[in-house]
Amino acid sequence: MSSRIASSLLALATAAALVSCGSSGTPTAAAPVASAPAETTPAAPAAAALSITDPWVKTAKEGMTAAFGTLVNNSGADITVVSGTSPLSPMIELHEVVDKDGKMVMRPKQGGFVVPAGGSHELAPGGDHIMIMDAEQAVEPGAEIPFTLTLADGGTFEFTAIGKDFAGAKEDYQPGSHNG
Amino acid sequence: MADLTRRGLLAGGVVAGVAALTPAASARAGETVVPFHGPRQAGVATEPQAHAVFVAFDLRRDTDRDALARMMRLLTDDARRLTQGRPALADTEPELATPAARLTVTFGFGPGLYAHANLTSPIEPLPKFSVDKLEKRWSGGDLLVQICADDPLTVSHALRMIVKDARSFATVRWTQRGFRRAAGTQPGGQTQRNVMGQMDGTANPKPGTPDFDLAVWRPDDTTQLVVRRIRAELETWDAADVVAKEFTIGRRLSTGAPLTGTREQDPPDFAAKGAHGFPVISEYAHIRRAHVGDPRLRILRRPYNYDEDVTARGHADSGLIFASYQADIERQFVPIQRQLAEADLLNEWITPIGSAVFVIPPGCDEKGWIGQEVLS
Repeated sequence: MSSRIASSLLALATAAALVSCGSSGTPTAAAPVASAPAETTPAAPAAAALSITDPWVKTAKEGMTAAFGTLVNNSGADITVVSGTSPLSPMIELHEVVDKDGKMVMRPKQGGFVVPAGGSHELAPGGDHIMIMDAEQAVEPGAEIPFTLTLADGGTFEFTAIGKDFAGAKEDYQPGSHNG
Repeated sequence: MADLTRRGLLAGGVVAGVAALTPAASARAGETVVPFHGPRQAGVATEPQAHAVFVAFDLRRDTDRDALARMMRLLTDDARRLTQGRPALADTEPELATPAARLTVTFGFGPGLYAHANLTSPIEPLPKFSVDKLEKRWSGGDLLVQICADDPLTVSHALRMIVKDARSFATVRWTQRGFRRAAGTQPGGQTQRNVMGQMDGTANPKPGTPDFDLAVWRPDDTTQLVVRRIRAELETWDAADVVAKEFTIGRRLSTGAPLTGTREQDPPDFAAKGAHGFPVISEYAHIRRAHVGDPRLRILRRPYNYDEDVTARGHADSGLIFASYQADIERQFVPIQRQLAEADLLNEWITPIGSAVFVIPPGCDEKGWIGQEVLS
C-alpha cells in the first residue's frame, strides 16, 4: 500500500522534472510577433477549402509550447496537413497524445493530421496539436502568431493564432518515438 | 444608422425586462441573451440583473499601451463569447457558458490606465467628502470589469475566465459581490429595496427616454461610472422608529411614496408645509438633498446590495455597492454628493468606505474590441 503511494509520488515527481509540452507563461515587455488580424488566408486549391476556427497558442517565455484550434475542411476530399512553420521557431511538429504504458505522452503524428471531407479535426490540449519545439521569443498573452501549414498536395494554408494563458497542455514529450 | 442600432438595443433591453415579469417567463429568462455588440457597452442601460461582481485591477508596472491593447482584445473576446452563451476561447469549463442568464460584461478605465498608456485621463478621483471613511481595499483601480447576470454560477464562470486573462497584465485590487432580488421575483423595471428596507432608485431616469440619454451618455457613446461602497449602519438603524426613518428619507417605507404623496412615482412636493409650518419633507431629508430637476444633472443609480459575514457578536456587514452612471462625474455626481455630505439625515446611518471612478468606453462591433479608440 505505502509502496504504491511512494511509487505514484515518484512518478509524479519524475513527470514534473521532465521537459513538459509547453511552459506556463508570464508576460514581459516584448512586442507581439505580428499585428495582423487573426484570419485565415487560403493560398492553394486544397488550402482554399481549409479553414481554422479559434486558433490559439499557449503563452510561453521561451522553449516549448503548442498551438490549437479546429481545422475545418469545406471540400469533398480529405485534406492532409503534413507539416507546419512559424517565425516563432525553426522547429514545428505535428503531434498527437497517446497512452504509453499507462502514461499520456505526446509524440510526432505519423502521416500528419487528416481533416476529413466535409468535416473537421480538433487540435486541443490532451490531443493532437501543433508543437512549437523551441520558441525563439516569448509568446505573450494576446500576441498574434502567424503559422503556415503545408498540405499533402504541396499547397499551404496560413493562419494567425492568439497567445492565451493556459495552465494545461503539459503532456510529457517522447522524442524520436515516431522514427522507430 | 447608429441611432437605429441604439434604439434597437434599448428596445431589446425593455423586452428583456418584460420577460422577467412572470415566474413562467423567468425560466426562459435564464436563456435570455443581451447583445454584446453595439455603439455602447451593455450593462448600463440593461435592466439590472440579479447578481453582480465588480472587480478592479491594478496594472502591472510593465503593462504599457501595447500590452493594454493585447489585454483588451483578449478580454473583449471572452466577453463577446460568454455573454452570448458560448464558451470562452480555451475555456476550461465550457459547460458553464450556458445559461447566459442575461450576462453582461462591462469594462471601465480608471485614471491609472490612461497614465499607463501615456494619455491624459478624462476623469479624476472624487474630491474628499466629509462623510467618507474610505478604505484602500475598496477604493481606486486602473481597470474595472462589471459582470452581471441573473445566475450566480454564470457570474462566477465569467469572472474566472476574465481574471485568468487579465492577471498577466494586472493584479486584482478589489472584488465586490452584490445582489438584487432574484430574477422573476418582482416585475422588471420595478424599484427594488436595499438592505435598509428603502426603495432605492425611484427617481432614476428610464432607459429609452431622452432624459436617460441626456443623463447617461456622451456624444462619443462613453459614460462615466462611480462605484462607492456604502456601509449600512444596521445596528443603529434598528434603533430608529418608522417615523424617524421616514422623516430621514422623505418617503414612506411601506410604499416608497413621498411624504407628500400616496404612490411611489408621485413627485415630491418640497414646498408643502405641515401643521406647524415646517416642511413636510425636511430640509435635510435624503430625497430633498439628492433631488435634481435638470435631466442633464441627474444620475443613473444601478446599485447592488452586499451582505458579508456576520461578526461574532452578531453584527451585520451589509450595505450598498452604489454604482452611479452619468455622462460627467464632475457635473453630475460631485454636486449631488456634496449636497448629501453637507446635510443629509441619512448620513447618520450610512458610511462610504470605498470609492472609485472609471470611464466606460464605447461598445464595439464584431471585429472591434473595447478600448480600441483609446489604445490603438
